[in-house]
Amino acid sequence: MFDILKMSISALLAHKMRTVLTTLGITIGVFTVGAITAIIEGLNSSFESQISMMGSDVFYISKGSWFGGYESWINARKRKPVDVDLADYISENAINVSATSPMVNRHRTLKYKDKSIESVEVTGVNHLMPMIEGTEIDAGRFFSESECRHRKNVVVIGENIRKEFFPDTNPVGEKIYISGHRFMVIGLFEKKGKMLFNDMDNRVQVPYLTFSKLFQRRNRGANIAVKSTSTAMLDDSKEEVRNLVRHYRHLKPSDEDDFAINQMNTLVDMYNRMTALLWAVAIGIGSISLVVGGIGVMNIMLVSVTERTREIGIRKSVGATRQKILFQFLFESMAVCSIGVISGLLLATGAAYIIHTFTPLAAKVPANWGILGAGVVVLVGLIFGMWPANRAARLDPIDALRFG
Amino acid sequence: MEVKSEKKVGENPEKTEEKNNMTGQNTLIKFDHISRIYQMGAETIRALDDISLTIHVNDYISIMGPSGSGKSTLMNIIGCLDTPTSGVYQFEDEIVCDMNSEKIIKMNDNQLASIRNKKIGFVFQTFNLLPRATAFQNVELPLIYAGIPRHERREKVLKALKDVSLADRSTHTPSELSGGQRQRVAIARALVNSPSIILADEPTGNLDSETSREIMVFLDELHRLNNTVIIVTHEPDIAAHAHRMIHILDGKIDRDEINHQKIKNPVNV
Ligand SMILES: Nc1ncnc2c1ncn2[C@@H]1O[C@H](COP(=O)(O)OP(=O)(O)OP(=O)(O)O)[C@@H](O)[C@H]1O
Ligand SMILES: [Mg+2]
Repeated sequence: MFDILKMSISALLAHKMRTVLTTLGITIGVFTVGAITAIIEGLNSSFESQISMMGSDVFYISKGSWFGGYESWINARKRKPVDVDLADYISENAINVSATSPMVNRHRTLKYKDKSIESVEVTGVNHLMPMIEGTEIDAGRFFSESECRHRKNVVVIGENIRKEFFPDTNPVGEKIYISGHRFMVIGLFEKKGKMLFNDMDNRVQVPYLTFSKLFQRRNRGANIAVKSTSTAMLDDSKEEVRNLVRHYRHLKPSDEDDFAINQMNTLVDMYNRMTALLWAVAIGIGSISLVVGGIGVMNIMLVSVTERTREIGIRKSVGATRQKILFQFLFESMAVCSIGVISGLLLATGAAYIIHTFTPLAAKVPANWGILGAGVVVLVGLIFGMWPANRAARLDPIDALRFG
Repeated sequence: MEVKSEKKVGENPEKTEEKNNMTGQNTLIKFDHISRIYQMGAETIRALDDISLTIHVNDYISIMGPSGSGKSTLMNIIGCLDTPTSGVYQFEDEIVCDMNSEKIIKMNDNQLASIRNKKIGFVFQTFNLLPRATAFQNVELPLIYAGIPRHERREKVLKALKDVSLADRSTHTPSELSGGQRQRVAIARALVNSPSIILADEPTGNLDSETSREIMVFLDELHRLNNTVIIVTHEPDIAAHAHRMIHILDGKIDRDEINHQKIKNPVNV
């Protein structure tokens, strides 16, 4: 068997250029599927499961829809901003709501001694936010209701901030500056990781009243995070809150909502739709180019069988059975395929590396690619090599010897 | 591998014995009313026309005849590359095919391949070597198909190449060898698996007379070493090397005679 395999390979080496050109289709197919799976893999590793789990019972009231596209964004621009006091109004009046918090945010520069970090997401929230978001505090504590009410300059920092400012010291009790205002670090968030293009560890939270006082003179609007009593009650509480907001904003029954209720699930849905589309593209391009590539392989194998008719006659005259000739040509077509598959995988690995290096997306080569590639080799090689190989095996020895 | 048939078992022993008693030789091949007919549209070509023939172990036979008389067809059928359209062909103790009985008996492809591999050594006019393979690899080919392990193969190939005085050319491809050397590689390939019979179809047809003589030295030697050799040729002086000379005309055996120059005490054929 090994000797037959060797024969196949030496036949391929005799026509290097032709072999490489033939495998181009397969190379492109494997590259496409490979590169797209690498991208999806990268997206998946960013979009950690905790994030997609997070907030399955949480929704956000905003001026506009997060995922509505350009038109709804234009629409939303004309609307009244969402008022931070709406949070209290909802928690006082809604039955199916366990907690609410305003969310106001800005990107600000943080300083500690001679170190500084630019463009950190500073969010003003109330004391209930960790409970709503399901965020753990690794060190220290979150701020209290009274600290919020008294507009205290206290801050809870994310993992990235700690790494930068306090690589080997306890951050709790230290003083940092946010846009020149002195804050005391009272707590440290657990590490959250990246969510899509957003680094969840590159943020700090402060009391929203402190935030309004220091960073937001003009009311530019807030989001309100609302946690329903349970995931099962989510739809009920959304409806209840919708009516409360309409009432709060004095909308007539005929008026449309001038606000939007958003959910992380929307993000998850969008993410799923996007990856499904990517998969469809991968499978579409992949299978088309594999079929095209397979036909190329079949064509080249037919040419090869014709060219080597005499060789086949010689082999039969010294005792090659039909099976052995069949195997020889099947191995050959699988070898052609494997050249295409290997170069496709190498290209895709290169692409994944480039994406990983030059974009925030952690594109990654899935470990099971080897198996996938081997599967493609066997499948395409066998399917498209069978006819030519069978033709070779069935040649009549005398006719074959007389050929050419 | 063996095709067993009641007919063979029932009929053969007496006949073989009879023959052996008469000649003191063992039957290797038996043709019983063999015909090979090509149907080309309305035209019927009788490439072989009702040939009966017995070949013994260690025969040295030359076959002569005009072009198109059926010499190659005969060789191809003996060599299990072709199948007759009628008649019975027996090789050693096995029926290769019996086209006459009500139920046709025919070896399958694997059985035929096995006979070609182990029992037959073919030498062709056009050498028929694999062009990209070295002399060594060409000679090795039958051993690969016989499933012989690598180290054993190496030994046998080197010995066969030495037997045809080409030990120093084992890494050369056919294009790097002269015509005579190519034919010697082909002979080495034919004998490497120790076949029962060597079939040479015009082995000197593409060679000059000097090189032809060289090749004949090897074939003579093979016969001397108890091999059975059949050689097809157009040249009387090549045919004269054989001990038995068969003339074919229009697919029929015209003459089948002992070469008296080679054999002092002729045996009855
Ligand atoms: N595949 C075939 N189809 C039809 N006719 C064939 C075929 N092969 C051989 N023949 C015919 O059978 C006859 C015998 O051919 P064969 O090749 O045996 O002759 P030969 O004696 O070997 O001739 P040469 O000396 O030229 O080699 C010829 O008439 C040839 O035309
Ligand atoms: Mg001929």
